[in-house]
Amino acid sequence: MARSKIVLAGEGGQGVQSIAKILVEAGYSANKNVLYIPNFGVEQRGGVSIAFCQIADESIGEPRFSKGDIVIMLSDRAIERCACYVDENTTVVYDDSVCLKKPEMKAKRIINVSANKIANDELSARVFNMIILGVVLKATNVVDIQHAKDALELALGKKFEAKPELRDLNYKALERGMGLINDTASV
Amino acid sequence: MPNILTVPPRLPEAQNPDPGVSKFCPGCGHGMILKTLASAIDELNLQARAVYGCDIGCSLLSWNYMNIDTIQAHHGRTTPVIYGITRATPEAVGIAYMGDGGGLAIGAQHLVNAAVRNEKMLVILVNNTNYGMTGGQMAPTTLPGQVTETTPYGRDVEATGKPAKGAEMVSAVVDTEAAYVTRGTVNNLRQLKTMMKKGLQNVADGRGFSYVEALSVCPLNWRTNNVDTWDRLDEMEDFFKVGELVVPQGLEGVK
Amino acid sequence: MVKKLITEDTKLFMTGNEVIAYAAVAAGAEFMYGYPITPQNEVMHTWCKLLPKTDAGFLQTEDEISAGFSTLGGILAGKKAFTATAGPGNVIMQDAMSMAEMNRLPFVCAVMQRGGPSTATVIYAQQETTLTCFGGNGEGYRIVYSTAGHQDLYDYTIKAFNTAWKYRFPTFILADGYQGKMREPVMAYDPEARGIDLIPATPYLRAEGVAGVDRKPVHLRNCFNLEEELMEVLDSYEEEFNRIAPEIAEYQEYKAEDAEVLIIAHGIVARSAMTAIDELRAKGIRVGLFRPITLRPLAVDPLRKAVSRAKQVLFTESANGQMARLALEKMYGLTTPYQTLYKMGVGVTGGDIIEKVEKMVKENNLVC
Repeated sequence: MARSKIVLAGEGGQGVQSIAKILVEAGYSANKNVLYIPNFGVEQRGGVSIAFCQIADESIGEPRFSKGDIVIMLSDRAIERCACYVDENTTVVYDDSVCLKKPEMKAKRIINVSANKIANDELSARVFNMIILGVVLKATNVVDIQHAKDALELALGKKFEAKPELRDLNYKALERGMGLINDTASV
Repeated sequence: MPNILTVPPRLPEAQNPDPGVSKFCPGCGHGMILKTLASAIDELNLQARAVYGCDIGCSLLSWNYMNIDTIQAHHGRTTPVIYGITRATPEAVGIAYMGDGGGLAIGAQHLVNAAVRNEKMLVILVNNTNYGMTGGQMAPTTLPGQVTETTPYGRDVEATGKPAKGAEMVSAVVDTEAAYVTRGTVNNLRQLKTMMKKGLQNVADGRGFSYVEALSVCPLNWRTNNVDTWDRLDEMEDFFKVGELVVPQGLEGVK
Repeated sequence: MVKKLITEDTKLFMTGNEVIAYAAVAAGAEFMYGYPITPQNEVMHTWCKLLPKTDAGFLQTEDEISAGFSTLGGILAGKKAFTATAGPGNVIMQDAMSMAEMNRLPFVCAVMQRGGPSTATVIYAQQETTLTCFGGNGEGYRIVYSTAGHQDLYDYTIKAFNTAWKYRFPTFILADGYQGKMREPVMAYDPEARGIDLIPATPYLRAEGVAGVDRKPVHLRNCFNLEEELMEVLDSYEEEFNRIAPEIAEYQEYKAEDAEVLIIAHGIVARSAMTAIDELRAKGIRVGLFRPITLRPLAVDPLRKAVSRAKQVLFTESANGQMARLALEKMYGLTTPYQTLYKMGVGVTGGDIIEKVEKMVKENNLVC
């Protein structure tokens, strides 16, 4: 079935919702059916921030799903909070340069990336979320990088105009993220 | 000798000549206040712009009392209905007519906020120190020691606080350069009419919020005869000072 | 007159709350009165952001009581006025809604349901179904559209204004926090370009001519002296509501024709049901959906027909059977057995429904 169900989870401020917005915007510009819903309880003030994204060829029914195809966990609390969205068909990605724990759960695959470290060491802490977006793009293979770049332009175009070097930085982060995992994890 | 009784009373144009059987109790102040309001509308020639809302409580009985378009709202909710109208149609001169319970208890948040926002509307609050319609319970304005159905041994200010002073409360929150705030009494209808005219004119000019509190009488629930009724009103005037509290510039010509 | 924003078909990608604001503009709404409450805030935010382009009006009131009553004021003045609320705000706004019912005011309100009772969650639920249909101290002379996503939000927001002004019963767009906050594509359009006439608003008060001079004054009341006076009014409302119900009632069926298991769900849960139905059908299980679009009035005959055809019924909703109670009352006499999947204040996923239907099929040895 050509529907990708993606959960992104992290701490407030890590940019989880911005990743989700750009991801679905990319899917939308690629003419896919998309649906994105943030968790927005009072817990968003200081809780785990979660984004539920779906990108599909067919029309999308349920807004929230039981199990994700890919679940991205960007903090220890996110690992705890989002275990419920994982089953044996789920690929879990976590950032081992943020999380102290390792996700211990039954999943199809559990992949570790070090996006935070790479962002700090090689690029800029600000583009941590772009590295993650690159990881998601590669892992799902549902939208290509050009659509992601278009979506990025839509979101940050004004900033890029003022500071063109920001565009390069974001692109670099995106590509660096895509290079972090080898093959696609989706169906 | 002319047959005086066949000459109908001269009603203001803004008052409905045929509201049916009189609904207010004998001796009630509402009739006087409403007639005064209608005269004020006449004298300012505002019948075409005026729109009137009445609250629940005895004021609800005025639902067909005016010769202008009227709406009967819920208890305490006349203020938002009227500012809903005037926000949507600023040329309307909106009048919200309510009792002390409707204005100072259940609808107090609307009164305060409408005053703060300088809603272009006139609130007429009839203060008769009790809930008349429901049978004479304590109101926010009930005087210390006053006997009501819920203060059968007299209002104990230790337990229930001192009477709410609506005009003073409104004065504290309005824009003093735009709002008109006053307290009149059915003891002095000529003065009350001038106050109502100023309140109406202030709204008609688009200047700001107007609040006219009218001290009134409720002989039925007070269980007072004529003499005692008017003595009680004097007592009220000692507690609730009659007079203008906030007068903006521009109303000097209104008499 | 409010300026149009959308003059030709335009695909938009936005949240449901934004869609409602855009649709209200398209419907010719002129004034919004509102008070902040999650998850409807962005309806107001968007409405306010669009004001320079629309020339519409807005007032942030001191609470939902006043948002409701000032909306009535705007309507009385002859404006297409509306509001939006949720949860505890919906509770206290019932005061104004019941006056709209009594005075036959075309009150339009978007309800973005959140968890209940009390403050509960700010997220999502279908627990304001009973409240929205039957809140207030009356009989529920209200029209309630339960939407299932952004296209519905756009279509039925426009329709709600027309229905309200045509029939003069308070009309609701009953959605939820998921729909309000989620982002999906929607086709926005100018209804008039599609042949949908927008019913004009007319003033109740201060209409043409000077009251008491050129015409009789209008005196609207909600308080009667006699029991019989009230009943006469309500009898006429009842008669009219029943008469127009068939014109208003709407429903949707999805693969229901040959369904052995009929899922009855409304709003966003109906979308989850469709996901489940596709997956179950792929496994050879004959399952379909009956989705009431209007919860008030219900499409009774189609509901009864669909239920009669099925061997089993499954009610599912994000509440403890609030919609099911409305439906069951209208299913009196039918013998099709039913089961329930209720998740109070929690989303029902396709996965939840699949699991339940598979269990029902197994338990009842349904040959599908």
